[in-house]
Amino acid sequence: MSNGDVKMSNDMIASTATRHRKLSAEEIAEIEHEMTLYPDKKAVGLEALKIVQKYQGWVSDESLLGISKYLGIPASDLEGVATFFNLVYREPVGKNVILFCDSVSCWIMGCEGIKKHIKDTLDINYGETTKDGDFTLIPVPCLGDCDRAPVMMVGPDLHRNLTPGAIDKIILDYSKSKSAE
Amino acid sequence: MAKIVIDGVTYDVNPDNNLLQECLSQGLDLPYFCWHPCMGSVGACRQCAVKQYRDADDKEGMLVMACMTPASEGSIISIEDEQAKSLRASVIESLMISHPHDCPVCEEGGECHLQDMTLMSGHNYRRYDKKKVTHNNQYLGPFINHEMNRCITCYRCVRYYDDYAGGTDLSAQASHHHVYFGRHEEGVLESEFSGNLVEVCPTGVFTDKAFSEHYTRKWDLQTAPSICTGCSVGCNITPGERYGTLRRVVNRYNSEVNGYFLCDRGRFGFEYVNNTDRLRDAVKQGGGSSEKLSTEQVATVIDEFKSASTIGFGSPRASNESNFALRCLVGEENFYAGYSDSEHEATQLIVQLAKDKAFNSPSIREIEKADAILILGEDVTNVAPRIALALRQSVRNKARELASASRIPQWQDAAVRELAQHERSPLSILSTYVSRLDDVASDKVIDTLPNLASMAFALANAISDKSPNSTSPADEYKGVIAKIAEQLQKAKRPLIIAGSTSGNLDLIKAAANIARGLNQQRSEPIDLCLLVPEVNSIGMGLLVNADNSLQAGLARLDGGSATRAIVLENDLFRRAPKTVVDNALTKAEKVLVLDQFSTATSDKADYLFPATAFSEHEATYINYEGRAQLSFQVHQCATGAMPSWRWFGEATDIESLINRCTNEAQGFDKLARLLPDKGSFIAGMKIPRQSHRYSGRTAMRANLSVHEPKQPQDDESVMSFSMEGISSQKDASLMASAWAPRWNSNQSISKFQDEVNGELKQAHPGSLLIERDIETSSYFEPSSNAESSENGLHVSLAYQIFGSDELSARSSSIQQRMTDPYIGLSPDDAEAKGFKHGDSVSLGATDSTAIVCIRTSIKPGSVVIYCGNSEINAAELPSQIEISLNEQAEVLRGIKGLIVSDLLEEEY
Amino acid sequence: MVNNPLTKNIDMTRPPMDIAAYEANDGYQSIKAIAKGLSSDDVLQQVKDSGLKGRGGAGFPTGLKWSFVPRGDDSPKQKYLVVNADEMEPGTFKDRLLMEGDPHLMIEGMIIAAYAIHASKAYIFLRGEYIVSQQVLTRAIAEAEERGYLGKNILNTGFDLDIVVHTSAGRYICGEETALLNALEGKRANPRAKPPFPQVSGLWGKPTIVNNVETICNLPGIITYGVDWYHGLTKGNDHGTKLFGVSGKVKTPGCWELPLGLPIRELLEDYAGGMQDGLELRAFLPGGGSTDFMLPQHLDVTLDYDEIAKVGSRLATGTMIVLDNKTCPVGMVGNLMRFFAHESCGFCTPCRDGLPWVDEIFNEFENGRGNEKDLQILHDHVTYLGPGRTFCALAPGATAPLGSGLKYFKEDFDRHIKEKCCPYKH
Repeated sequence: MSNGDVKMSNDMIASTATRHRKLSAEEIAEIEHEMTLYPDKKAVGLEALKIVQKYQGWVSDESLLGISKYLGIPASDLEGVATFFNLVYREPVGKNVILFCDSVSCWIMGCEGIKKHIKDTLDINYGETTKDGDFTLIPVPCLGDCDRAPVMMVGPDLHRNLTPGAIDKIILDYSKSKSAE
Repeated sequence: MAKIVIDGVTYDVNPDNNLLQECLSQGLDLPYFCWHPCMGSVGACRQCAVKQYRDADDKEGMLVMACMTPASEGSIISIEDEQAKSLRASVIESLMISHPHDCPVCEEGGECHLQDMTLMSGHNYRRYDKKKVTHNNQYLGPFINHEMNRCITCYRCVRYYDDYAGGTDLSAQASHHHVYFGRHEEGVLESEFSGNLVEVCPTGVFTDKAFSEHYTRKWDLQTAPSICTGCSVGCNITPGERYGTLRRVVNRYNSEVNGYFLCDRGRFGFEYVNNTDRLRDAVKQGGGSSEKLSTEQVATVIDEFKSASTIGFGSPRASNESNFALRCLVGEENFYAGYSDSEHEATQLIVQLAKDKAFNSPSIREIEKADAILILGEDVTNVAPRIALALRQSVRNKARELASASRIPQWQDAAVRELAQHERSPLSILSTYVSRLDDVASDKVIDTLPNLASMAFALANAISDKSPNSTSPADEYKGVIAKIAEQLQKAKRPLIIAGSTSGNLDLIKAAANIARGLNQQRSEPIDLCLLVPEVNSIGMGLLVNADNSLQAGLARLDGGSATRAIVLENDLFRRAPKTVVDNALTKAEKVLVLDQFSTATSDKADYLFPATAFSEHEATYINYEGRAQLSFQVHQCATGAMPSWRWFGEATDIESLINRCTNEAQGFDKLARLLPDKGSFIAGMKIPRQSHRYSGRTAMRANLSVHEPKQPQDDESVMSFSMEGISSQKDASLMASAWAPRWNSNQSISKFQDEVNGELKQAHPGSLLIERDIETSSYFEPSSNAESSENGLHVSLAYQIFGSDELSARSSSIQQRMTDPYIGLSPDDAEAKGFKHGDSVSLGATDSTAIVCIRTSIKPGSVVIYCGNSEINAAELPSQIEISLNEQAEVLRGIKGLIVSDLLEEEY
Repeated sequence: MVNNPLTKNIDMTRPPMDIAAYEANDGYQSIKAIAKGLSSDDVLQQVKDSGLKGRGGAGFPTGLKWSFVPRGDDSPKQKYLVVNADEMEPGTFKDRLLMEGDPHLMIEGMIIAAYAIHASKAYIFLRGEYIVSQQVLTRAIAEAEERGYLGKNILNTGFDLDIVVHTSAGRYICGEETALLNALEGKRANPRAKPPFPQVSGLWGKPTIVNNVETICNLPGIITYGVDWYHGLTKGNDHGTKLFGVSGKVKTPGCWELPLGLPIRELLEDYAGGMQDGLELRAFLPGGGSTDFMLPQHLDVTLDYDEIAKVGSRLATGTMIVLDNKTCPVGMVGNLMRFFAHESCGFCTPCRDGLPWVDEIFNEFENGRGNEKDLQILHDHVTYLGPGRTFCALAPGATAPLGSGLKYFKEDFDRHIKEKCCPYKH
């Protein structure tokens, strides 16, 4: 056995110790606030993932390790949780995340056509981000506004009674708000 | 006992168990995946569905999962019910939809629980014709392969690794049919017990990497019941051999000792047996050359050594038989200890305490029953790893108690854990550095050995004022002393752990005082677990006289009252200061060394005889409890090596030697009970080491010669080197490996247990040798703790599961996990001395070097020294030491692979 | 007397009432009654007497559920109330209305429930996507704290209660109460085995009651106006009012508070305005995606838990999804199957590995590759994923539209096979 192999194994142990991102003061402040709301830090782990995502847009490996270090929760536990839930993004997303409802009521009301329109307009499928980084399209289970289907969310905003025309306006509005910045 | 009806037959069952466990205990076949005999039920796989009826009039019944249903009095169930069978068939069908058909190249093939259950559940045709789910695999270190595509998502791996073994770097990830079991990123699995994943996984997701590299089907392995020689626990193992090389080690169930699990040192540390640098021939050496000796010459050499001026040094890593044969050869008065003097003193004390009626030396099963534990100075995870795994179960007794109070059955694994949250039975650890059990410890005290001893005596005094107090411990410890004393006194089954590896005799004495104090408050003996480092430390300790320490023997050589020395399977340079050993061996006229490998000691030998390794001979060893266990020869040694005792010519066969030892050696009178009762064998036939499916016997050597060689005869053992013979039908501990019709995997073990988790049928769990015949009420006095006049940092030793054991450290996969020697320093001392993490330093006056490892838990003013694979001679270390930078020191492995929880890191 | 206690304050054209307006309309009267000496046993008894059944879908009697919480001095001191506001059942849109329309009603209900079960801490497990609900609730909680209805020693009763709004990271399975508890603890939201029930060992192993938003919103009325009033609300066998919704191609989809016991026809035709012009009613799911299809012939069945059960379906969430004659029933069932397959937590085998297979088969049908063999496999899965076989109710829920769909839309499945395409697309 060569010494190279020796190094290999041991480097792999050390890998987790080196790459974490130090959490920002704002992130830490919010995490500390969550600590007051739950009696067990594991619960705060999931909250911390959401907090980090709020500031960073998504949860990178480095951020995950940063939370792991800060809270003393094993990184693999956090990964188990982060990859379980729909709203924790372990890959970078665009500036605006479109949560597109394709559940049954929206489907009956023609969401497939709306989705195709989005796809044709933005040239993205589920799980993809536009080249300019403006939009990411993600399917979401029923948004609970079935009487005004089809619906979708863009960022924090809910949009109802979607039509191709409404989509064009929405996309324009969010793209504009970017250029206005 | 409760009566239940299964398919019309009434059975007596334990109502505290679930139906699945009871069905298996009754010998019935009911398929399952997620349930494990010692991990309880979670109800995930749905494979053990049965029909349950409300009463005799209920003809409809309802489907239930046997693992999630109590075996309550009057239960009526059916395994054979068509609906239940159909559900089980559907479950296995869907478990198999993405399972690859790679059985021919899968290491699990032929001993795969999934294969067995697939057949048992009646799935033989795949209807699924859509796209399979696939996964990427991870690099998990030198021990374990990862092949996630085979996963059937039974959750056993994480339940074992995280919940049972306390690991933190394996988790279930993602969801729905994409669930993935792995690390958060590639890397070495950190748990010392990761190897059990190989056996816990019902299929081939986690497989034995070393085994894969020279893979053989289970039925093609030659196997025999054996004992792990990696530490003093003596776990039962089944090593497997083919083509003259040892291929793997798997767990062998022993209800009292290891149960279902091994540590990674035990599982992967065997590879040294195959090393090409094993000694092959008896040689005479000197002047830089060596000359092979003939059988006659060997006899002459042994005759030469049969003189009154010959002394022998035993070995804690050699069998009772070899130690005893050496003692016979040189005479009891000339038989000297083969471990360090401090260990000798400690072992003598441990043997003395093992005879004391006030104490019980707990087996692992008994350790798991403890509900308050105190560890004094021992790094259990790195010294006796399997016990650390047992302690993780002991601390869960609190959870079991809470569950009982809430009427949650103990087998409801997830529910019991949820209810208990972080509540654990108390585990207090007094140590010189943070241990790998600290995550489940209730109290941790880290200090220097003398201070810990003083605290331990104070603790004994707090339990019984008859126990002498020491110089009073620091005020800061008064609270914790009172707390631990109360916990131990309140406990139903307290457990005290100490041992010889801390190197501090007072800690053992204090442990005895604490246990004696507790014993005087209740009627039953107190569990006092005293650890020793090596497989036969106790066996050799029993054979050697108290006055015959290693250095006493070396002094005889040095002084000339002895002129010849025989060193049995031992490197004395690991055990005593270099100059002392050097002088003694140089002065000796003739030195005979027997060993598996050449060592610094064998370099000094005039004669060097090759000794067989653990799998190449039949032998007995005595574990930390005083439990003698018999280990069978697995395969023949391909070289000229023989068991050391055979070289001595004191016996012609192992059985007569064991009988002689039984008769002659004090304390060994129950040893011969280990020998199998041949009268119970069918038609006097031997037990085959090869399975009835063993293949290729006529062809395996055909590339060398088309004539099939005669199978080697084993005239001594009850086992044969062949497929011929009849497996023991009665004594399940004599099985070469567990196999039952329809059960090809290790799960077949339930067919050989008197009930699930019970004893093996008619088996011998080993023989407790040491009689408890001493009744005393006297307490130990602490040693006079003279104020040290030395300067420097207080020294204590650290151990590593991968590296501290001499032989396993020669195994290549173990070597990939070893580090260089290091010194653990507090951040304060490191800063004061200007040392950075990773610097190389010299240790005092010795020529040893080590790497600085800054650990936050270490007490300022002290240093813990990990000697590596004896790169540092522990016997040379003073109690206090000065340390200086040494930039020239050679760094081989570094210390990056060190897994400790208290490395100094950037803080938030 | 009030006959719409759940929605009396709701007007979605304006922001929800602030605490003063809410109080002015009989709000927080129940807390004042508690302050005047109404005991927790009294509250429990009244809720039991009211006959209120859980509005989350399962319809279990609320008072009975509460009564399983250990109350003695030897019971664990910490108990929890959790409001299941993780509305994600396909086609269900009632809890959002209650939270965004009248947050104080829910907070008042939570105080009543927590008081009854001796919980000093309550969590609202809110869907992460319900951002307006979160804002509205957070503001309302602050108002209630300011008034002394929350916090330590509420109105000098010695009773403490803190409410935390927890936003979910998103999984349908969190609607299952034990999975919800795991999610709240920051774990993967796999359901837990029952027994032990959460009432005995729930959140962090402590006694816990999980109630749906609408269930909680029923409580202030029961305590304020009394059990007799509550019993007077219904027109059927079950007590109280309920939110009923209709979505799909009807003229006026929406959500209305109605007494239990109305005929379905009245909901569909009077409230939802009947089918859109040119469309006919083909079938409907009466209470969200996990219920069995009902047919036009069932329109005169009344909106009662038991009455709907008699025709093989469930009232469940009470939000109806309407299928018209120009929408493909196979596609509709397929849409639901894709949802359930994706939302399976992956814990037990039938659900984890069975639903994706079902989903794949619907894809094949959709793309003209349906065949008899696969149709048989769908039928097999109706049994295989059914109640008692899986760990929780997710997969059995999926078999409701699947099984009834296979039964009622057989000719549509057959046409997909025969015509090698979806007949509704051509």
